[in-house]
Amino acid sequence: MASNVTPRLRLPKTAAKGEVIEIRTLISHPMESGLRKDAQGRTIPRGIINRLVVTFNDQPVIDVDLGPGISANPYFAFHAMVPGAGEFLFSWFDDDGSVYEERRQIEVT
Amino acid sequence: LTALPWPARAVEPTADQLIVAFTGGVTPAGTGVTLDLPEVAENGFSVPVSLAAPGATEILLLAPENPWPQLARFRFGPLSGRQAVSTRIRLARTQEVIALARLADGNLARTSTWVEVIVGGCGA
Repeated sequence: MASNVTPRLRLPKTAAKGEVIEIRTLISHPMESGLRKDAQGRTIPRGIINRLVVTFNDQPVIDVDLGPGISANPYFAFHAMVPGAGEFLFSWFDDDGSVYEERRQIEVT
Repeated sequence: LTALPWPARAVEPTADQLIVAFTGGVTPAGTGVTLDLPEVAENGFSVPVSLAAPGATEILLLAPENPWPQLARFRFGPLSGRQAVSTRIRLARTQEVIALARLADGNLARTSTWVEVIVGGCGA
Protein backbone atom coordinates (compact mmCIF):
# COMPACT_ATOMS: atom_id res chain seq x y z
CA MET A 1 0.00 0.00 0.00
CA ALA A 2 1.31 3.40 -0.89
CA SER A 3 2.14 5.63 2.07
CA ASN A 4 2.21 9.39 2.41
CA VAL A 5 -0.17 9.84 -0.48
CA THR A 6 -0.70 13.59 -0.63
CA PRO A 7 -2.79 15.43 -3.20
CA ARG A 8 -1.71 18.90 -4.24
CA LEU A 9 -3.81 21.37 -6.17
CA ARG A 10 -3.24 24.70 -7.83
CA LEU A 11 -6.25 26.69 -8.99
CA PRO A 12 -7.55 30.22 -8.48
CA LYS A 13 -9.84 31.04 -5.54
CA THR A 14 -11.98 33.35 -7.65
CA ALA A 15 -13.08 33.52 -11.26
CA ALA A 16 -15.42 35.51 -13.45
CA LYS A 17 -18.70 33.79 -14.25
CA GLY A 18 -18.11 31.63 -17.32
CA GLU A 19 -14.33 31.94 -17.12
CA VAL A 20 -12.12 29.04 -18.16
CA ILE A 21 -9.47 28.45 -15.51
CA GLU A 22 -6.41 26.24 -15.42
CA ILE A 23 -6.17 23.56 -12.75
CA ARG A 24 -2.98 21.69 -11.89
CA THR A 25 -3.06 18.54 -9.81
CA LEU A 26 -0.37 16.30 -8.42
CA ILE A 27 -0.63 13.38 -6.04
CA SER A 28 2.45 11.90 -4.43
CA HIS A 29 2.27 8.19 -5.21
CA PRO A 30 4.87 5.65 -6.45
CA MET A 31 2.64 4.31 -9.29
CA GLU A 32 4.15 0.86 -8.75
CA SER A 33 3.87 -0.76 -12.18
CA GLY A 34 3.95 -4.40 -11.08
CA LEU A 35 7.09 -5.06 -13.13
CA ARG A 36 9.78 -4.05 -10.66
CA LYS A 37 11.51 -6.53 -8.37
CA ASP A 38 12.68 -5.99 -4.83
CA ALA A 39 16.19 -6.76 -3.51
CA GLN A 40 15.23 -10.41 -3.07
CA GLY A 41 14.11 -10.69 -6.68
CA ARG A 42 10.40 -10.84 -5.83
CA THR A 43 8.04 -8.92 -8.04
CA ILE A 44 6.59 -5.86 -6.31
CA PRO A 45 2.81 -6.02 -6.82
CA ARG A 46 1.12 -3.41 -8.96
CA GLY A 47 -0.29 -0.46 -7.00
CA ILE A 48 -1.28 2.63 -8.92
CA ILE A 49 -3.74 5.48 -8.93
CA ASN A 50 -6.07 4.17 -11.64
CA ARG A 51 -8.56 7.02 -11.95
CA LEU A 52 -8.95 10.75 -11.32
CA VAL A 53 -12.41 12.30 -11.40
CA VAL A 54 -12.99 16.06 -11.19
CA THR A 55 -16.44 17.61 -10.83
CA PHE A 56 -17.77 21.09 -10.14
CA ASN A 57 -21.08 21.20 -8.27
CA ASP A 58 -21.48 17.54 -9.29
CA GLN A 59 -21.05 18.37 -13.00
CA PRO A 60 -18.25 16.46 -14.77
CA VAL A 61 -15.08 18.36 -15.66
CA ILE A 62 -12.67 15.54 -16.52
CA ASP A 63 -12.47 11.81 -15.86
CA VAL A 64 -9.09 10.15 -16.39
CA ASP A 65 -8.25 6.44 -16.51
CA LEU A 66 -4.59 6.06 -15.61
CA GLY A 67 -2.42 3.11 -16.63
CA PRO A 68 0.94 2.01 -15.18
CA GLY A 69 2.57 4.14 -17.88
CA ILE A 70 1.70 7.35 -16.06
CA SER A 71 4.80 8.55 -14.18
CA ALA A 72 5.13 8.39 -10.40
CA ASN A 73 3.44 11.29 -8.61
CA PRO A 74 0.77 11.64 -11.31
CA TYR A 75 0.52 15.20 -12.57
CA PHE A 76 -2.31 16.60 -14.66
CA ALA A 77 -2.96 20.10 -15.90
CA PHE A 78 -6.32 20.81 -17.52
CA HIS A 79 -9.05 23.44 -17.70
CA ALA A 80 -12.50 24.00 -16.24
CA MET A 81 -15.28 26.41 -17.06
CA VAL A 82 -16.70 28.06 -13.95
CA PRO A 83 -20.44 28.63 -14.46
CA GLY A 84 -20.91 30.23 -11.04
CA ALA A 85 -19.82 29.96 -7.44
CA GLY A 86 -19.40 26.45 -6.14
CA GLU A 87 -17.07 23.65 -5.24
CA PHE A 88 -14.62 21.48 -7.11
CA LEU A 89 -14.31 17.89 -5.97
CA PHE A 90 -11.16 15.95 -6.90
CA SER A 91 -11.17 12.17 -6.33
CA TRP A 92 -8.18 9.91 -6.91
CA PHE A 93 -8.85 6.13 -6.87
CA ASP A 94 -6.07 3.79 -5.73
CA ASP A 95 -5.73 0.11 -6.71
CA ASP A 96 -5.79 -0.71 -3.00
CA GLY A 97 -9.33 0.65 -2.70
CA SER A 98 -8.36 3.97 -1.12
CA VAL A 99 -10.05 7.11 -2.42
CA TYR A 100 -8.30 10.42 -1.85
CA GLU A 101 -10.59 13.43 -2.01
CA GLU A 102 -9.95 17.17 -2.03
CA ARG A 103 -12.49 19.99 -2.25
CA ARG A 104 -11.94 23.59 -3.31
CA GLN A 105 -14.44 26.41 -3.14
CA ILE A 106 -14.42 29.02 -5.85
CA GLU A 107 -16.05 32.43 -5.67
CA VAL A 108 -17.39 34.34 -8.63
CA THR A 109 -16.29 37.95 -8.94
CA LEU B 1 -15.44 0.90 -14.83
CA THR B 2 -15.02 -1.79 -12.22
CA ALA B 3 -11.62 -3.17 -13.07
CA LEU B 4 -10.76 -6.78 -12.49
CA PRO B 5 -8.26 -7.42 -9.72
CA TRP B 6 -4.85 -7.13 -11.33
CA PRO B 7 -3.81 -10.83 -11.25
CA ALA B 8 -7.03 -11.74 -13.05
CA ARG B 9 -5.96 -9.79 -16.11
CA ALA B 10 -4.06 -12.57 -17.82
CA VAL B 11 -3.36 -10.77 -21.08
CA GLU B 12 -3.06 -7.04 -21.59
CA PRO B 13 -4.70 -5.76 -24.76
CA THR B 14 -2.30 -4.67 -27.47
CA ALA B 15 -2.30 -1.16 -28.88
CA ASP B 16 -4.08 -2.44 -31.99
CA GLN B 17 -6.83 -4.00 -29.87
CA LEU B 18 -7.19 -0.81 -27.85
CA ILE B 19 -7.45 1.22 -31.06
CA VAL B 20 -10.17 -1.05 -32.47
CA ALA B 21 -12.06 -0.90 -29.17
CA PHE B 22 -11.94 2.89 -29.27
CA THR B 23 -12.72 3.39 -32.96
CA GLY B 24 -15.01 0.44 -33.58
CA GLY B 25 -12.73 -0.37 -36.49
CA VAL B 26 -13.36 2.96 -38.21
CA THR B 27 -10.22 4.59 -39.59
CA PRO B 28 -9.89 8.07 -38.06
CA ALA B 29 -10.79 10.53 -40.78
CA GLY B 30 -8.58 13.41 -40.00
CA THR B 31 -6.91 15.92 -37.86
CA GLY B 32 -8.34 17.49 -34.76
CA VAL B 33 -6.00 16.20 -32.12
CA THR B 34 -2.50 17.43 -31.34
CA LEU B 35 0.18 15.65 -29.36
CA ASP B 36 3.19 17.52 -28.03
CA LEU B 37 6.16 15.44 -26.87
CA PRO B 38 9.93 15.96 -26.88
CA GLU B 39 11.69 14.40 -29.89
CA VAL B 40 14.29 13.00 -27.53
CA ALA B 41 13.49 11.89 -23.99
CA GLU B 42 16.59 11.56 -21.83
CA ASN B 43 14.64 9.88 -19.06
CA GLY B 44 11.88 7.45 -20.01
CA PHE B 45 10.53 7.47 -16.49
CA SER B 46 9.05 10.94 -16.87
CA VAL B 47 8.31 12.37 -20.29
CA PRO B 48 6.13 15.49 -20.46
CA VAL B 49 3.20 15.28 -22.86
CA SER B 50 0.48 17.74 -23.84
CA LEU B 51 -2.68 16.84 -25.73
CA ALA B 52 -5.41 18.96 -27.22
CA ALA B 53 -8.52 18.16 -29.23
CA PRO B 54 -10.95 21.10 -29.32
CA GLY B 55 -14.51 19.95 -28.70
CA ALA B 56 -13.51 16.34 -28.14
CA THR B 57 -15.43 14.12 -25.74
CA GLU B 58 -12.51 11.80 -25.13
CA ILE B 59 -8.85 11.15 -25.91
CA LEU B 60 -6.97 7.84 -25.76
CA LEU B 61 -3.19 7.98 -25.30
CA LEU B 62 -1.13 4.93 -26.27
CA ALA B 63 2.50 3.81 -26.14
CA PRO B 64 2.42 0.61 -28.25
CA GLU B 65 5.89 -0.57 -27.17
CA ASN B 66 5.17 -0.26 -23.43
CA PRO B 67 4.28 -3.39 -21.42
CA TRP B 68 0.87 -1.75 -20.89
CA PRO B 69 0.16 0.27 -24.01
CA GLN B 70 -2.75 2.30 -22.63
CA LEU B 71 -1.18 5.28 -20.89
CA ALA B 72 -4.42 7.11 -20.16
CA ARG B 73 -7.94 7.78 -21.34
CA PHE B 74 -9.40 11.25 -20.81
CA ARG B 75 -13.15 11.93 -20.83
CA PHE B 76 -14.11 15.59 -20.99
CA GLY B 77 -17.28 16.70 -19.24
CA PRO B 78 -19.52 19.68 -20.03
CA LEU B 79 -17.43 21.87 -17.71
CA SER B 80 -14.05 20.88 -19.15
CA GLY B 81 -13.66 24.38 -20.57
CA ARG B 82 -10.91 23.41 -22.97
CA GLN B 83 -10.23 19.90 -24.20
CA ALA B 84 -6.55 19.91 -23.47
CA VAL B 85 -4.46 18.18 -20.84
CA SER B 86 -0.81 17.85 -19.84
CA THR B 87 0.77 15.01 -17.89
CA ARG B 88 3.97 12.94 -17.58
CA ILE B 89 4.39 9.45 -18.96
CA ARG B 90 6.76 6.49 -18.84
CA LEU B 91 8.21 5.21 -22.10
CA ALA B 92 9.93 1.83 -21.99
CA ARG B 93 11.83 2.42 -25.24
CA THR B 94 11.97 4.51 -28.40
CA GLN B 95 8.58 4.38 -30.08
CA GLU B 96 5.69 6.17 -31.73
CA VAL B 97 3.21 7.56 -29.18
CA ILE B 98 -0.37 7.67 -30.48
CA ALA B 99 -3.34 9.86 -29.54
CA LEU B 100 -6.89 9.18 -30.71
CA ALA B 101 -9.76 11.58 -30.10
CA ARG B 102 -13.52 11.32 -30.41
CA LEU B 103 -14.61 14.75 -31.63
CA ALA B 104 -17.81 16.66 -30.88
CA ASP B 105 -19.42 15.52 -34.16
CA GLY B 106 -18.56 11.90 -33.42
CA ASN B 107 -15.73 11.76 -35.95
CA LEU B 108 -12.40 10.35 -34.95
CA ALA B 109 -9.00 12.00 -35.12
CA ARG B 110 -5.55 10.45 -34.81
CA THR B 111 -2.03 11.72 -34.47
CA SER B 112 1.29 10.25 -33.45
CA THR B 113 4.78 11.41 -32.50
CA TRP B 114 8.04 9.52 -32.64
CA VAL B 115 10.01 9.78 -29.39
CA GLU B 116 13.61 8.64 -29.04
CA VAL B 117 14.14 7.36 -25.50
CA ILE B 118 17.71 7.40 -24.15
CA VAL B 119 17.10 5.65 -20.80
CA GLY B 120 13.97 3.51 -20.90
CA GLY B 121 11.39 3.84 -18.17
CA CYS B 122 11.79 0.21 -17.16
CA GLY B 123 8.79 -0.99 -15.27
CA ALA B 124 6.57 1.21 -17.39
